[in-house]
Amino acid sequence: MYSQYIFGINLENCCMKKNLVIVGNGMVGHHFVQQAIKEKLSEHYHIHVFSEEAVPAYDRVQLSSYFKHFDLAQLNLVDLEQYQQEKIMLHQNDLVTSIDRENKIINTQNTQLAYEILVLATGSYPFVPPIPGHQHENCFVYRTISDLDAITQSAKKSKVGVVVGGGLLGLEAANALMNLGLETHVVEFAPQLMGIQLDVDGGSLLRKKIESLGVHVHTSKNTKNISAGDQHTLKIEFADDSQLETDIIVFSAGIRPQDQLAKVSQLDLGERGGIVIDNACKTSDENIFAIGECALWDQRIFGLVAPGYTMASVAASQIAGNLEKTFDGADMSTKLKLLGVEVGSIGDAHARTDKSLAYTYMNPREQVYKKIVTSSDGKKLLGAVLVGDTSDYNNLLQFYLNDMPLPAEPECLILPSMDGAPSLGIHALPDTAQICSCYSVSKSDISQAVNNGAHTISDIKKCTNASTGCGGCAQLVKDVVNHELTQLGIAVNNNLCEHFSYTRQELYHLIRVNEFKNFTDVITQLGDGTVGCHICKPAIGSILSSCWNEYVLKDELAGLQETNDFFLGNIQKDGTYSVVPRIAGGEITPEKLMVLGETAKEFNLYTKITGGQRVDLFGARLEHLPHIWKKLIDAGFETGHAYAKSLRTVKSCVGSTWCRYGVDDSVGLAINLEHRYKGLRAPHKLKLGVSGCTRECAEAQSKDVGVIATENGWNLYVCGNGGMRPRHADLFATDLDEETLIKYIDRFFMFYTRTADKLQRTSVWMEKMEGGIEYLREVIIQDSLGIAQQLEDEMQIVIQNYQCEWKTTIENSDKLKRFNHFINSSKGDDNIVFVQERDQIRPANINEKQTIKYQEVN
Amino acid sequence: MIERICKLNDITINTGVVALYNEKQVAIFRVSDTEIYAIDNFDPFSHANILSRGIIGQDQGQLFVASPLYKQRFNLQSGQCLDDEDVKINAYETKIIDQEIYIDA
Ligand SMILES: Cc1cc2nc3c(=O)[nH]c(=O)nc-3n(C[C@H](O)[C@H](O)[C@H](O)COP(=O)(O)OP(=O)(O)OC[C@H]3O[C@@H](n4cnc5c(N)ncnc54)[C@H](O)[C@@H]3O)c2cc1C
Ligand code: HEM
Ligand code: SF4
Ligand code: FES
Repeated sequence: MYSQYIFGINLENCCMKKNLVIVGNGMVGHHFVQQAIKEKLSEHYHIHVFSEEAVPAYDRVQLSSYFKHFDLAQLNLVDLEQYQQEKIMLHQNDLVTSIDRENKIINTQNTQLAYEILVLATGSYPFVPPIPGHQHENCFVYRTISDLDAITQSAKKSKVGVVVGGGLLGLEAANALMNLGLETHVVEFAPQLMGIQLDVDGGSLLRKKIESLGVHVHTSKNTKNISAGDQHTLKIEFADDSQLETDIIVFSAGIRPQDQLAKVSQLDLGERGGIVIDNACKTSDENIFAIGECALWDQRIFGLVAPGYTMASVAASQIAGNLEKTFDGADMSTKLKLLGVEVGSIGDAHARTDKSLAYTYMNPREQVYKKIVTSSDGKKLLGAVLVGDTSDYNNLLQFYLNDMPLPAEPECLILPSMDGAPSLGIHALPDTAQICSCYSVSKSDISQAVNNGAHTISDIKKCTNASTGCGGCAQLVKDVVNHELTQLGIAVNNNLCEHFSYTRQELYHLIRVNEFKNFTDVITQLGDGTVGCHICKPAIGSILSSCWNEYVLKDELAGLQETNDFFLGNIQKDGTYSVVPRIAGGEITPEKLMVLGETAKEFNLYTKITGGQRVDLFGARLEHLPHIWKKLIDAGFETGHAYAKSLRTVKSCVGSTWCRYGVDDSVGLAINLEHRYKGLRAPHKLKLGVSGCTRECAEAQSKDVGVIATENGWNLYVCGNGGMRPRHADLFATDLDEETLIKYIDRFFMFYTRTADKLQRTSVWMEKMEGGIEYLREVIIQDSLGIAQQLEDEMQIVIQNYQCEWKTTIENSDKLKRFNHFINSSKGDDNIVFVQERDQIRPANINEKQTIKYQEVN
Repeated sequence: MIERICKLNDITINTGVVALYNEKQVAIFRVSDTEIYAIDNFDPFSHANILSRGIIGQDQGQLFVASPLYKQRFNLQSGQCLDDEDVKINAYETKIIDQEIYIDA
């Protein structure tokens, strides 16, 4: 497909353009190409890329996700059309075998090519210890797509799998073996897991946690021999004479730089391998650069992708003539979730720095371990280890990267919810603070971009690349942009969307005072009078519901609803829906439980208990929803609103009725609260919890509203959150009787519904509120704005107008029509296909769909 | 091939339905009494047949539907994806005759 370009290039060769040749099309080699395009290097050079692999660069970092989808396209990084447009020649399946440095020519398996500048991005390969027997066909490594394909094939015939190596990648491989359904063992030579990133205590907690997930961990084991087994394919013998039988082995004993090509070409290598480079990423030959995992800088190999990306952009700048940009090392801090366990490591995790001080916090009940390492005077953060809870990671990382002075008692940074633990605001970050580590974008890069006129997140993404990698920095980038805009005196535009020049708060107020009841009135009187869009429609729909709580599928309201509200179920990835009836307070009779079971069986639904103490039924086809709900409603169930931004559940512990510690009836209160607030549509979902004593078994402090019984009444907590940004709720008021408690919650919910931004949880709403929790107390308890009565009245309207939307819907034959998949046929969607897993259905993936045909069931 | 699909009033204003047209799933949207649009129901991003269930919107004069799964927007007239230049799905001609909707493609 590139022949026309070969022709084109040959022609242009007469015009004396020289070749820039890149060896390796891995993640870093590909990133270099992107940087070369940005630096307009193709105006001066013909760019050639040689790759040993048969497929263009793919996202190795996400490699394990391949086990979920088996779809190479989802990992692909290269846009071949872009390579074509930019006249970049990609030679796939062509190994570069040697470099003739004197004549500046490379030799490959298929050809020869002269170069002006050569960039080596050959990456690394997995190290396999030379144990006798390691070449057995059931021994694998974990690095490429073909490795994963081979493991998957072999796993089908296997029961037991062993990973040799208990580092970061080894544990990722163990996770994969678990997911493939194998009994999984991890064998580690050292006495602990993840020895590079964690200290002894962190390592042993991690071990405990992953053992409780069913992974067998063997530390201090020196593998001596691999031979044929008795019960299983293979037998591993250790130096201490113990043995382990297994069907497959995955080696993950570290990586080695791929420096073979450099070696035969006599470039300088490190003692233990790696192509030596200087700060300009140049090797010992000034026409040859090396970047990524094959490069050795200051005696170090960087086994992460971000430092490789930095090297790539340094090399591209150097080649473009910008000699000021250099590589000065990289931070190797990491935060990840391994087998579901959160782990974080920053800087000097082992406290190896002379005279450093280590502060540790260990919570054996919640299985959390945290350590910070500071300088001898306690003023600078040198390192940290976090296991079981990494919510402090970002905060600590900013202290560490920016050398910021620590508070007088540094331990407050890791102790749980102590008042006064400083969380860094944007203004506190120095200009050099790294905001996006994937593309190493600093705070000053972003402020410059803002100053140069990039005022929206998408502009910032385009001109700095920030937030286009893993996306983990998105919130931080947004906060920096808003901070800079405010600095510039530019009003931060919080308008709902391009159709309205009001914020959500303003619209809420205007809709209420003008008593608007449908979208047409709102957009003609308050907006631009158009059709609106997918942002303003659901937001206005939610406000209308918060104010008037009318049936959401009324003709004028139906088109405003997200598909979840529209079909009164949560859409799943394959277009089926989930069915979640309300089980107030988590209390259910055996009879009703049996109805759930029977219904699930009749309609072949996947059944799962949720974190909110109720039962989800998944895989319901659109056309079955009304039949399923008819059955449930006849048995006395009502909708659980799992599909709506509204009250979800009130979780409760069993409380004083049964529990020997309980001091009040937590279940009774939870049921009251759930029935009181069900159907309240709000800017985002709302969750509550009620515990019967301070032991807090209902985890109420992680909810928007939490209630805990004491000897003297109820304690009220607000603005907690679980999920991606966990936050402990703040204690708001103590020792309340039930009537006062309910008053406060009424006012709290309505004030939130009035003033929060769209899709803003209570925790973020409160954090952004000037005056914070104190101000909230003034408004809700002291009634400083004089609106308490109004708020209670508004809540009363919502409560009075409650209806079970499913009940209304199944009684209305007109509304039922839309649950047929086709308007002009009674067939179903033949793209919905299930396979069996652990005795239940799950959606088939793309590969499976090709082999299984859809069957019509009635 | 012209084919009758349904009555105009079978579709609530501002929402969509799915029609089986020539063995294919086609999403049909009613924006007003005179504006009916038809595009593929298959969402190339999620590989699910769900575009009819998206929200209709307008961006600088272009009418679009936003996929209910991952929110990519598709122009209702041309099928062009507004969030990815490289993706375009089929659009179909529609007609309203005597309060009945037809696809004519
Ligand atoms: C399972 C897994 C998970 C990971 N997770 C993370 C993570 O969460 N975070 C993180 O930062 N990093 C992670 N990494 C590491 C990350 O993938 C690497 O840092 C990154 O891929 C290095 O890129 P590279 O381009 O230097 O090397 P590679 O991606 O290995 O690319 C080198 C390419 O050069 C080719 N090549 C080599 N020699 C020649 C030759 N002579 N001629 C032609 N072609 C040649 C090779 O075939 C290869 O395609 C992970 C790695 C794995 C395996
Ligand atoms: C290029 C390699 C990567 C680097 C350098 C990197 C770096 C980071 C950093 C520094 C953060 C914290 C920033 C913040 O939350 O504000 C972060 C967060 C995050 N990263 Fe990555 N990451 C990488 C790869 C990945 C991958 C492969 C995934 C997904 C599989 C991922 C998912 C996340 C998520 C979900 C968060 C947010 C966590 C939270 O909000 O608590 N990252 N990343
Ligand atoms: S919170 Fe208290 S009352 Fe409730 S179950 Fe736990 S110990 Fe018992
Ligand atoms: S940190 Fe990954 S995209 Fe910014």
